Order: sequence, then C-alpha cells, then structure tokens
Amino acid sequence: MKDLKAIALFASVVACVPLFVHSGVILNLCMMALFATLLSQSWNILGGFGGQFSFGHALFFGMGAYTQGVLQIQFGLNPWVCLLLSLGSSALLGLLVGGLSFRYGLKGSYFALITLAFAEVFRILSLSTNLTGAGVGLMLPLSESMGNMQFSSREGFIWLILFWVVCALLITSWLKHSRLGAYLQAVRDNEDAAQALGVDPFQVKWIACALSASLMGVAGAFYLQVFQYIDPSLAFGPHTSISALVGAIVGGMGTLWGPILGAFALEILSEVTRNMFGQLPGINMVIYGSLLILIMVFLPRGFAGIRLFNRPKATDTAHPSGSIGVTAMGKEGEADPSTRDALRRQGSETPPSLNSTKVQS
Amino acid sequence: MFDLSIVFSSVLNGLTMGAVYTLIALGLTLIYGVLHIINFAHGASLMVALYGVYFLKVKLGIDPYLALPIVVPSMFVLGYFLQKIIINHASHGKDENILLVTLGVSIVLENLALLSFNSDTRNIEIGYTLTTVAVGPAMIALPRLLSCLGALVVSLMLIIFMKKTDLGKAIRAVAKEKAGARLMGIDVEHVYAMCFGIGLSCLGAAACFLLPAFYVNPTVGNGFVLVAFTIVVLGGMGSFLGACVGGLLIGVIESVGGLFLGDSLGQVGIFVIFILVLLVRPQGLFGAKA
Repeated sequence: MKDLKAIALFASVVACVPLFVHSGVILNLCMMALFATLLSQSWNILGGFGGQFSFGHALFFGMGAYTQGVLQIQFGLNPWVCLLLSLGSSALLGLLVGGLSFRYGLKGSYFALITLAFAEVFRILSLSTNLTGAGVGLMLPLSESMGNMQFSSREGFIWLILFWVVCALLITSWLKHSRLGAYLQAVRDNEDAAQALGVDPFQVKWIACALSASLMGVAGAFYLQVFQYIDPSLAFGPHTSISALVGAIVGGMGTLWGPILGAFALEILSEVTRNMFGQLPGINMVIYGSLLILIMVFLPRGFAGIRLFNRPKATDTAHPSGSIGVTAMGKEGEADPSTRDALRRQGSETPPSLNSTKVQS
Repeated sequence: MFDLSIVFSSVLNGLTMGAVYTLIALGLTLIYGVLHIINFAHGASLMVALYGVYFLKVKLGIDPYLALPIVVPSMFVLGYFLQKIIINHASHGKDENILLVTLGVSIVLENLALLSFNSDTRNIEIGYTLTTVAVGPAMIALPRLLSCLGALVVSLMLIIFMKKTDLGKAIRAVAKEKAGARLMGIDVEHVYAMCFGIGLSCLGAAACFLLPAFYVNPTVGNGFVLVAFTIVVLGGMGSFLGACVGGLLIGVIESVGGLFLGDSLGQVGIFVIFILVLLVRPQGLFGAKA
C-alpha cells in the first residue's frame, strides 16, 4: 500500500511539471529522464529482481522501435495500435530469447553474452533487409496530431511516457510483494535452493524476461515517435543496452525506486556535462562507464544501498561472505519498521522478504 | 559457381585471420580459466593496443613488428594493474559483478579513445603492405602471412610457458584449486594479476601482427569481442587447444561465409554459431562436461 501511495504521489508530481514549467530544456530533460527510467526499470525486472544480467537489452528496444516503424510506414497502421503491437512483438521476442536461454540453463555471464549476440544478429539483419530500410533506417513522416501520437509539444510525450513508467513501477511493486516476485528473488539468490522448495526457475525467469522485454519494446516505440527516426545501430547498438543497465545498477538493482534514482541522476549528469564540455563525442559514455566501475567497487547495491535510504541493521555482520543478494533483500524488506509491523499484522500475505518466503513456501 | 582457387585463397585468408583470433582468444581463455571471469574489456584492450602500435608507427616511425617489445610489456603492466587495482576489488563474492566492471572498463576505454582520437578509421602504410606472396595457387598479402606465423609462434610460446615454467605451473594450480594453491604458498592475488597481464599481452602481440593488414578506430574491439567469445565458447572455456582449433575454424568460417553470403551476413554466421554452441554444447568442443 505504501508503495502504491508513493507511486501515485510520484506520478501526480511529475504529471504536473508541464503545467507549471514551460522551459523547453527542463521539459526535455524530464522526458528523457522518464524515458531512461523506463529503460532502467525494465532492465531491473529481469536483472535486478531475476538476477539475469542482460547485456543486449537493446534487442527488445529495437524490436519495439522497428515494429512501430515498419507497421506504421510500410503498412499504414495507426501508431496507437502499433504501440500495443510493439509491446506484443517484443514480449514475444522476450519469450523466445528467454525461453531458449533459460531452457538450456544459461545463466550469469553466458546469459549476458547470448543477449548481446542476439542483439548483434538483429542489428545485422535489420541492416540487410529492405523492410527495415536497411542501413538508411526508417524515417517517420511528420504529421503532428494526437491520433498520430506526434504531439506538438513535449508535454504530450511526457504524459505518455509517464503512463508507461507508472506501469513499470506498478509491475515492479507487484513483483516486490507478490508470490511470483518472491519466487523470482529466491531464484536470483539461490536457484538450487529455490528449486528444492518447489519453485520452477525456468517459468519465473521466463515470465520476468517477457515482462522486461515488453516494457523495453514500449520504450523503443516511444523513441521512434519522439525522434521520428530509427536505424540499426540506434535500435540494436550497445548505447541503449548500456544506459538501461547502468541506470538500474547505479540506482540500485532489485529495488523499486533505485532505477528512477539512477536514471534521473544520470540524465541530469549528462545534461550538466553537455553544458560544461559541449557536444564532445563519448564524454557521456565515459562518465557512465566510470560510474559503473565506481558503483561496483564501492557501492554494489547502488544509491539505494546508501545508509540514508536504508537503515543499518544488525544482520549486516551476519553474512561476512558478502552474499549481496540475500542480505540486500532481507534488509530491504525489513528495513522499514512500519512495513514489518504491517506484515506481522497481515500475517498470511506474502511478505517481500526472502527469509519469510522460504518459510511460507 | 566459384573457382576452386578462389575458395582456396579464401580459406587461406581465413586461416591467417584465424591465427590472430587464436592469439586473442588465448588471452581471453587464460583469464577465464584462472580467474573464472569473462573479461568483457578484451576488445577494448585490443583497441588500446592497436592505437599504441599505430602511434608508435606514426609518431616515432617504429615498425609494427619491432614495436612488439614495447607494446607487449606495456599491455602486461596495464593488465596487471587493472586486475590488482580495479577488478580485484569489485567482485564482492559474485562473478556477475566482475562482468559488469569489465563492461565498465570497456565503455570507458572505448569512449576515451573516441574523445581523444575521434571516430576516424586509421591505418598505416609500410613498404611491404601491398607485397603479396604466392602460396600454392593463391596469392596472399605478406603482412597477413607474417601475422599468421607470428601469432602461431606466440601462441606456441604461451602454451610452452604454461606447461614448463614455475609461474605457468602456479597459474594452473590456482586455476584448479585456489585454496590449495594458497596453502602451498602461492600468492593467489599476484597470480590473478599476472594472468590478467599475460592475457592482455597476448592482445599486445595480436595488435602488432594485426595492424599492418588492418585498421584501428575506437569501436574496432567490438567486432573482436564477440568473435573471441565465440572461439572460446566453441573451443571450451579455459581450454588452450580448444582456443587454437576454434580460432582457426572461426577464421575460415568467417572468410568462406563472407565469400558466399557477403560480408555482413557472414558475420551473422559467427553469431549464430555462438548462440547454437551456447545453447547446445556450452562446454564447447574440448571442454569437460560441467
């Protein structure tokens, strides 16, 4: 409940921004930050909650963008219909890739590599077929109207992307509290133990992959509507994969607010560097990469792992081996006394903390 | 439809490229075999080495082959300290974290190169760039032949080094049994860093052999990273023999595939092999069953 209230608050605050702020720069920043949030949040579903690190999440992004583009330009479909079809097509692709990889038991580095390889395959395929405009890419003809999903000002786009960010947040919060989410986190922390307790690891990872992919596809479709252009390296290149992953990791994997924190921080940071250094090629990515290294070395739980956001607990010393997953989740669920009390009162509901889940299932 | 001699020369070209691939993959498989981490920064490190060779030639006029004694030790030092200072501190007990850190390193290196040298593709011209040698019915560029021979020699040296020297034995001991090796008085952290250093010096050597017949730009490593992973996965993670066979095989497949399907689709062939091997036989051709 607390999460739902917070999400509602977040949504209403952001939704009001375009009503009071009229500076194009800030509105644009707001839109891009929300877009980055959607990327990170969808990566977070599979990477943060499921523990399956994808290095080629642009695969689903590109799939969404190209579905949106091809159906609209080559077949003349309405963009709003296309958006739903993009969601569907990338979810299907997620089912396919996830199904293949998880059925054959790929995890850890292998899963990261196979997603990267799939993204490369799709990049090269889209580079060599005429349907996708080959190397030239697809250009969306400009015709501003609500029905065409081309808004004359940024606010329309902000509300559109905000809607999807809220969807992503609701899914994440559902994952945090539902049985499926608890299974997913259990599989992430110890797949064998989870399986021994009756969880089907393949199934939960598969569902997570499809959820994550479908949101990524929506982000791709949105990108095309805003920038009206897509080409193979924009769609399937490493840039999108990296910003999705860095945002989630910097903010804090496997948390509800971490990816938002990370995505907004990165977006503001890159805006600031753009102002300081101008349009130097690569400077943004240097910062992203350095941040990724620094976070992994010093703060493997991301910003959300900072004490300020997460009260210290005695269990800190209980896991000297440093198994981040278990302690992080244990803490996240229990850090807040009110949640803990609420759980105690409700008793029967599936608690977010892994420790209690084990007992239940 | 194709003349047999064209196919023959294509195979030959593939073998020469495959030899360099082998060298690159050996570095990767060494790091994997011992540290059990996938060095995602392998391609970016190769790019750094290629720039090193390029600037040694352009600014100081040092021939790429003579640059070997400079580039190889520098790459070793880079690798040693990369492991000792950054990667070593990032694992926190999870292998995935190291994967992310090496991804971070590769992003930083690649984009620093983009910042400093912009995205131009550069190559060098030396007197013998365009010289060709007849091998059987086919003609082959001299730099390619030299790179092939050089890569094979270095690969062989590396394998002998691993078998015969004390450090090689220590590395193999750590790879097999970390705790036991530590009890025997082996400094595991030092061996890790040495391994990373040796892995990157392979790239230094590969860069020296590669550049006369190749080019360098900030994203050149990307092409190699997946190819090297394919080879390592195909040959079996951590297997030296596998990397050698896999390297030559992939070189030939790429070259012949490019001949029949065109260059870009030939690349797809490699990725499809990669995906299939990962799915069907993740232990590779020579790897032990996990």
